[in-house]
Amino acid sequence: MLVLTGVNKVSLAYGYPITDPFEASVLGTPKELKARVPDKIDIKTQQIRVFEDRKTPEVFWYNESLTYTIATQAEAAPLIFIIAGTGSNSNSPKADALLRIFYQAGFHVVALGSPTHPNFIVSASTNSVPGNIQEDSEDLYNVMQLIWKNIRNDVAVTEFYLTGYSLGGAQSAFISKLDEKRRVFDFNKVLMINPPVNLYNSVSILDDLLVNNVPGGLDKIDEFMVETMDQFSTLYSSGNFIDTDEEFLYEAFKRFKDDRKKLAAVIGISFRISAAEMYFTSDVVNNEGYIVPKNLVLTSTSSLTDYMIVSLRISFVDYFNEYFYPYFQTRHSELSKQALIASTSLESIEDYLAKSPKIGLVTNQDDFILAPGEIDYLKKVFKSRAKIYPNGGHCGNIDYKENAAYMVDFFNN
Amino acid sequence: MLLLGVGAITGCSTAPKQQKEIIPAQRTLNDNDGENYPMRIYDPLERFNRGAYKFNAKFDQFVFLPAVQVYEFVTPEIAQTGISNFFSNLNELTNLTNSILQLKPKSSMYAVSRFLINSTVGIGGLWDHASAWGIHKHPEDFGQTLGHYGVGNGPYLVLPILGPMNARDGAGRLVDSLAYSVVFYWQAFNLNTHRGAGSAFAATRAVNTRKQIKFRYYKSGSPFEYDLIRYLYTQKRKLEIAK
Repeated sequence: MLVLTGVNKVSLAYGYPITDPFEASVLGTPKELKARVPDKIDIKTQQIRVFEDRKTPEVFWYNESLTYTIATQAEAAPLIFIIAGTGSNSNSPKADALLRIFYQAGFHVVALGSPTHPNFIVSASTNSVPGNIQEDSEDLYNVMQLIWKNIRNDVAVTEFYLTGYSLGGAQSAFISKLDEKRRVFDFNKVLMINPPVNLYNSVSILDDLLVNNVPGGLDKIDEFMVETMDQFSTLYSSGNFIDTDEEFLYEAFKRFKDDRKKLAAVIGISFRISAAEMYFTSDVVNNEGYIVPKNLVLTSTSSLTDYMIVSLRISFVDYFNEYFYPYFQTRHSELSKQALIASTSLESIEDYLAKSPKIGLVTNQDDFILAPGEIDYLKKVFKSRAKIYPNGGHCGNIDYKENAAYMVDFFNN
Repeated sequence: MLLLGVGAITGCSTAPKQQKEIIPAQRTLNDNDGENYPMRIYDPLERFNRGAYKFNAKFDQFVFLPAVQVYEFVTPEIAQTGISNFFSNLNELTNLTNSILQLKPKSSMYAVSRFLINSTVGIGGLWDHASAWGIHKHPEDFGQTLGHYGVGNGPYLVLPILGPMNARDGAGRLVDSLAYSVVFYWQAFNLNTHRGAGSAFAATRAVNTRKQIKFRYYKSGSPFEYDLIRYLYTQKRKLEIAK
């Protein structure tokens, strides 16, 4: 009872202003409420060859090396790895915000792109079929070791931390478990930010945002895109906007916020674009003949427009049934769909999560990537190590000042 | 039903030799994915354009961005802002002529007021007092003027160094830069008789322009970046013309 009252008090005092989860996820944190971070940090974008003898398809010449982001302190400090969310690279806005927050807190920071991002699929993934969270975490662990080998003579590290948001949050837990055996880093603290519980559920939810919120369903997505662009157009020509810059986009989304279906569809579309890039990239690297004809060699001047159109129409469920599951089934003939789905869930490492005091969790009560019952599951497994904010949607409050202070405290104490 | 990739195969003259038999893909286009699909932009020179896109990425990496870095390193920030304002002020000529051509009195007044204020109070355009006083820039160019009078996009183009555009906007840029040269190179600054100064002016202008554009090639890592840029460019121009 006492505990409950405490939670309520905290909830009431929480100052993140956006109460609609879709709006929070699209708009993020208003500028004046963001954590204060330095503008000018020496952030370096680095490239690393992960597999020296891998031949990169010519059409992906620009993704031959893995890109990661690093900012180091002059003196000895803890080093924190950040793992980006689905479809994001190491320099995505959220990864960048986290990098600045932890740099400000005095840590060395290394940010990694998601194994679902084309750059990672081409350059650093062992099988280039992303989504198998166990195998993707092995790949991430491998990359982290390579980077550490490269920088260890130049950076004085006192201890290692690990964090990630969205899918990167779930991967952090799997990596932490791997590290318990291999002991390369011996992470002192691991923080999962807005992770999915079951990847399959979460991706289905995101995919449904598109399917359920585009009037007329998926077949009408083309008309929906045109209509949305025309609304932008009307707003732009009627308003007092100087240029099509970020401020304009912010205003445009604010205008959409009365139309929840549209906001949800915008999230769904942005997810679908990332997914399409992922499906296409994986298919080309593996020459599976799913989207691109098998054995057809694409070059840097080949038109990819037809393939883009085809990829954009593939739903996650189709991808799972037609590509993802068959790929793993040919390699493990007795693997059932249910078993594959279960292996990408936090439930598969529940014992480890429940018994590891060094692992913490931050999420939001209204995070829509969680299926019914999953927030209670997280509370049950993590107990006092779960910090659950009443609102913020999916990662919308990630750089809100109170969240930033909590995350830094988590690692410092 | 269209077989995906047929176009890619028949249009391939420079592609490496196919070693193995090509097997049609499992997923193919739908019947309604033809010319009217919204993300298809008329792009008959696509193979050349994609080559130029790659060239521009390399040019950016090895020439343009290093030049911007050197410029940012050697030039004090206040001077960078001044230089940026200076070129922006000269561009009011383009804004003014095209606002007049489109019969837009308000935009024309803005361009004149900005040029007068910034050239005098702003000392030759180094300071942008007009914006501080709420007289904001209204960008207009000859591509927009043509679009205003109903000229269509024409084929999409990616030109080496100049970047993405379409035939209409390319012609527009040519006209704008001719007018700019006549007024500033030949008349105002007499740069055609001072070749060194003329080159320095052009180089600084180019570096300043690149510095303002946040875009970095392949930073998205997306295999469809070319397609997305082509679509967004076309939409952006549509908005700018409508305004």
